[in-house]
Amino acid sequence: MINWIWLGLIVSGVIVAAFTGRMAEVTNAAFDAAKTAVTLSIGLIGIMALWLGLMKIAEEGGAVRFIARLLRPVMTRLFPDVPAEHPAMGSMLANIAANMLGLGNSATALGLKAMQDLQSLNKGSATASNAMVTFLVINTTSVTVIPATVIALRASAGSMNPTSIIGTTIIATICSTVVGVISAKLLQRAKGYRMEAQNV
Amino acid sequence: MSENISMIFQEASVWAIPIIFLIIVVVGAIRRVKIYEVFVEGAKEGFNVGVRIIPYLVAILVAIAVFRASGAMDWVVAALRPILSPLGVPPEVLPMAVIRPLSGSGALGVMTEGLNTYGADSLIGNMLSTMMGSTETTFYVLAVYFGSVAVRRSRHAVPACLIGDAVGITIAITICNLVFG
Repeated sequence: MINWIWLGLIVSGVIVAAFTGRMAEVTNAAFDAAKTAVTLSIGLIGIMALWLGLMKIAEEGGAVRFIARLLRPVMTRLFPDVPAEHPAMGSMLANIAANMLGLGNSATALGLKAMQDLQSLNKGSATASNAMVTFLVINTTSVTVIPATVIALRASAGSMNPTSIIGTTIIATICSTVVGVISAKLLQRAKGYRMEAQNV
Repeated sequence: MSENISMIFQEASVWAIPIIFLIIVVVGAIRRVKIYEVFVEGAKEGFNVGVRIIPYLVAILVAIAVFRASGAMDWVVAALRPILSPLGVPPEVLPMAVIRPLSGSGALGVMTEGLNTYGADSLIGNMLSTMMGSTETTFYVLAVYFGSVAVRRSRHAVPACLIGDAVGITIAITICNLVFG
């Protein structure tokens, strides 16, 4: 799937650029994006190290297990393939909590930690597990409670009521997450997406 | 009312991280974890993860940049307009719907521009803000998260995430038409 999207973006981009005469812009944009990718990754290293260090303490101290146990009924239904006591449950919860509070980079760092924990259950396979996909859908459909960046931008654009969109945002994000998770659960058994279909 | 709730949450965001630091370190110390050594041991992995995601991030960001810079994005928007306008989707918010899953900075640019052009408190302004707040940069998240653990076969991740995005954007437009329209 990712192969096709990648091919589609590049092929259609270059062909359209031939018509619009924007080849030079395309070249510059590609080089700029490559640089941005490295800046972003390097910028994440420090925050990543900080959270991985703290999470390690929280794991050994039992704090992660404690929180995971509190939310066990929800988590075991969302991620039936992950053992209830596994560290992945704790790191996924930490990521979701960070997302809800709008803590962007910390959420990414904790999310990457969760992916590593999930990958340890997946035996290092190059194929995504059901739990990984469900977890990703929860992340990409966003679980924001307070869209802090949007509120700040509205205020600076001269809004009389910058927080007016909190209610509509929460409703939209709940709907998208619920439908996204249901789709993931239904699609995971669909022909062509099933686990065994991928390993042949 | 919503002002107060938002104040409480914004205040909570400010306090959250220091309080979490405090709890983790204190609980660790009480449980006799060698907190300093354990922290360093965990933190070591940070560098590897940061470096490991670079190639995946380059791949996805370059492809999206090529697509945007070529003007292909504008063509997609133009092609969608006659289909979606009769359904109550204002043409002004279409660029946002198309760009949101692809590029976070692009979407931020579209929103800022829209707020200044149409007014932050207009229907369009509210719609753009709700769309921005209620969805995520799907392809960035997919590339980075899967890339960090070297997963190449994403199975149903892309369709499931895009269904979620489509629902989020549709609901955002509908609810804004109801509330602010």
